[in-house]
Amino acid sequence: MNKIKCECGHVNPEGTVLCEACGKPIEGNQHIEGNDEKKLLNMRYDGTARRSQTYNKSIIDKTWSFFSSVKVGIWLIVLALIASAVGSIFPQEIYIPADAVSRDPAIFYEERYGIFGLIFYQLGFHNLYGSWWYMILIALIGVSLVICSLDRFVPLYKALKKQKAKRHETFLNRQRLFSETEVVSGDEIQKVKARLKKQNYKVRDEDGHILAEKGRFSRWGPYVNHIGLIIILLAALLRTTPLFYTSEYVWVREGQQMVIPGTKGEYHIENKDFTIENYDENDERFSDAITQEGGMVPSNYQTDVVIYKAEESSVPGAEPELKTIIEDDIRMNHPIEFDGYTVYQKGYQLNEFTNMSFKIHETDDSNEEALGTFTIDLTAPESEYELDNGFRVELGQYYPDYYLDDNGEPASETNFPRNPAFVLMVYPPGSDQAEISFLGIGKNIDATGENEYKVGITDFEMHDVSGLSVRKDYTLPFFGLGAAIFMIGVIQGMYWQHRRIWIRPKKDGLLLAAHTNKNWFGVKKDIEKAISDTNIEMVDDQQELDEQN
Amino acid sequence: MDLVSLSSTMLYSAFVLYLIATIFFSATIGKKRKESNKGIAGKIGITLTIIGFIAQIVYFITRWIASGHAPVSNLFEFMTFFGMTIVFAFIIIYFIYKLSVLGLFALPVALIIIAYASMFPTDIAPLVPSLQSHWLYIHVTTVSLAQGILTISFVAGLIYLIRQIDQSVRSKRTTWLEIILYSLILFVGFIVTTTAFNLMNYNATFEYPSGNNVLTSEYTMPAIAAPSDGTLITEDVMQPWFETPEWMHGVDAGRKFNTLIWSFISGSIIYVLLRLLLRKRIGAAIQPLLKGTKPDLLDEVAYRAVAIGFPIFTLGGLIFAAIWAEEAWGRFWGWDPKEVWALITFFFYAAFLHLRLSRGWHGEKTAWLAAGGFAIIMFNLIAVNLILAGLHSYA
Repeated sequence: MNKIKCECGHVNPEGTVLCEACGKPIEGNQHIEGNDEKKLLNMRYDGTARRSQTYNKSIIDKTWSFFSSVKVGIWLIVLALIASAVGSIFPQEIYIPADAVSRDPAIFYEERYGIFGLIFYQLGFHNLYGSWWYMILIALIGVSLVICSLDRFVPLYKALKKQKAKRHETFLNRQRLFSETEVVSGDEIQKVKARLKKQNYKVRDEDGHILAEKGRFSRWGPYVNHIGLIIILLAALLRTTPLFYTSEYVWVREGQQMVIPGTKGEYHIENKDFTIENYDENDERFSDAITQEGGMVPSNYQTDVVIYKAEESSVPGAEPELKTIIEDDIRMNHPIEFDGYTVYQKGYQLNEFTNMSFKIHETDDSNEEALGTFTIDLTAPESEYELDNGFRVELGQYYPDYYLDDNGEPASETNFPRNPAFVLMVYPPGSDQAEISFLGIGKNIDATGENEYKVGITDFEMHDVSGLSVRKDYTLPFFGLGAAIFMIGVIQGMYWQHRRIWIRPKKDGLLLAAHTNKNWFGVKKDIEKAISDTNIEMVDDQQELDEQN
Repeated sequence: MDLVSLSSTMLYSAFVLYLIATIFFSATIGKKRKESNKGIAGKIGITLTIIGFIAQIVYFITRWIASGHAPVSNLFEFMTFFGMTIVFAFIIIYFIYKLSVLGLFALPVALIIIAYASMFPTDIAPLVPSLQSHWLYIHVTTVSLAQGILTISFVAGLIYLIRQIDQSVRSKRTTWLEIILYSLILFVGFIVTTTAFNLMNYNATFEYPSGNNVLTSEYTMPAIAAPSDGTLITEDVMQPWFETPEWMHGVDAGRKFNTLIWSFISGSIIYVLLRLLLRKRIGAAIQPLLKGTKPDLLDEVAYRAVAIGFPIFTLGGLIFAAIWAEEAWGRFWGWDPKEVWALITFFFYAAFLHLRLSRGWHGEKTAWLAAGGFAIIMFNLIAVNLILAGLHSYA
């Protein structure tokens, strides 16, 4: 390393632009920050030696330089911005609406959006935010964040720690805010110092050379907020592992008790009741709006549940004992939590059939007197039912959600008993010749027309089903931490400014200069206050905007 | 008087007060007037603005009491609140920088937005279960406040551009500036057309297929574009000229597209009339009036508003939003279009700040970026709700 010794005696690392101690421009390095072309010094990182600007030989140097460039960082942000926008043109795969002709993305996009939809799908935009190249883009932003921050923070921190109140004359007169006063009395200088202190400046005086500084901590704001962002990106990485994050979706019928998936059998859930409530359409406040919505505005979706924890039985091999741990209701915006799991109200299905009861009677019996009865539990249908009086009924076909498909064949649209239909083979007592009946809601068909016995539906029971989502997410604290650090950093960097005011005695007078990383009006006001009714000249802004006007 | 009508009277009063305040602010510019008179006009302007703002707060509170929930739950309520936060941000910035000319542009933007809001159903609607959370108020109010502040950045940038761009020859910059002004006029076009046809009580009903159902769509403007595959039911009204393209999807896509066409037609007519009247570009016509403003101060405001607004936006638009989404849906981030566009806004202003603080983009570049940011905000507020279907499309 070629250290550079400044005339003030301070030894600077290689690549320094402005002496860390006195601020004198170091000869031969001024091109780095473009100071050789301009009157004003570039004060961005206080002229410190940054690795990226100093070494450029090996491949590591070059990679470092590449990612430490703010220009590259901004390009990455802009690319992510454009990609995100493109991905929002059509719905993402997970948002393909339920009423779509097909929820298969290969069909949906082209069917609904034509050629553009096809292109959207083929380029992978339908699952953009999980695609490898979007991930890489975000990861590159992460790399850029780390390298940019390290490249600047370390030298800047050192330089601000080592800075002296005594600054070189060229450093002062090449600041944006600068003035020179011929004659100033010692009293006046004391007055200015006192006033600066009153404005919360830390004032250092080294042999009449004064440095008044405030808000240095705001310089660390960007680095703090970048740390926050990196924590968020790492948390997102953790979230892809099942150790930190699991998500399950489960349908639970009213009255049903089942193991909660994803909990290794440790927890059970029972659905006591599902309710859906609507707003009262006679409520004066809302009646207009409700009418406009078609008369039904839901006010609540709720599942009353009991959560059990399975406790090891004292007898080995025996069924575990279930202990109630929570009895509560789950609503929108009101999930329930236990031992790291959270259960959310997500969906519902009203009026599914629980069971259906039937009777058998003689076809030509006008009183339809029951010769035998049986009940099919639709959640667990059996293949055969033996009746008391010798009848035997075989369940030939069961369509839980009956409809006629495109070929006119009976089929089941879903596996849920929403519209059950059956093909029943009835074996009269002592006979092994079956009579075939087709039964459904509002349907009772005798295919041959020669059946001696007829089956009829006598009763049924119904239930609702709750769709619940079960999550375990141990990454949330990390996201929270990252977000909090990010906010602290942004506020620290944006709502405070690092202001420095230098006074350098010169003969009977002094040089006055000031620098701030932002809000030049603020620092000008501070100076005005400090030097009011003294002889000291107000600083000139040597760089007004848009000089052509 | 019951609360609901008191509430709407207050909103109306606020609107009128902002309008009068704008007129006073317009007396703070120009060469001919005396400085002392300008000062008085500015003081009256800000006083009226504050009274108007208080009236709007009364609107907000009374409507809250009447409905039982914070009035930020549908497009009308939300956009009205956005108008209110623009005024609030203007008042704050005014007292930091004492810049009257800001009012001359910020208030009309707020007026346009409030008027735009009132074109949507204003009935008090009950909260659906997914919105029943105190995060609704926390999330929406902070986002809206941030967007109000960021709008002031745009306003300062716009004044900067009108003031600074060389209007002696036609250039890319003059054209883009005209595009910005023209876009603002499109909103006026929308308001004028909607109001006109509302007064005429125009109505035409269409039936159109959606999936396996047949839906109806009530047009309140003559149908230029019918719904895709739609049939006109109402008799003795104008026949549609063509059908809305099939790929435009969402609730009532045809009606919204038709409204958009009307807004373009009437907005364009207003713009052309203005051009004929002024006989020069609108930017060129306003420019001489702004000679007295300080460009570096405008530049500072355009940046400072972002410096203040960006952290608030991050807090409300991303962090609070994520906390709420986690509580309501069990996922703090779901790539819903509104979320994506909030992220885009975040990216954009992050780039804005890096460009300014690290790459030294000042003056005109900052002003253009401020305009770009506003375009993204408006896109997220309006287009995402109306065009891209998602969880947030409650209107």
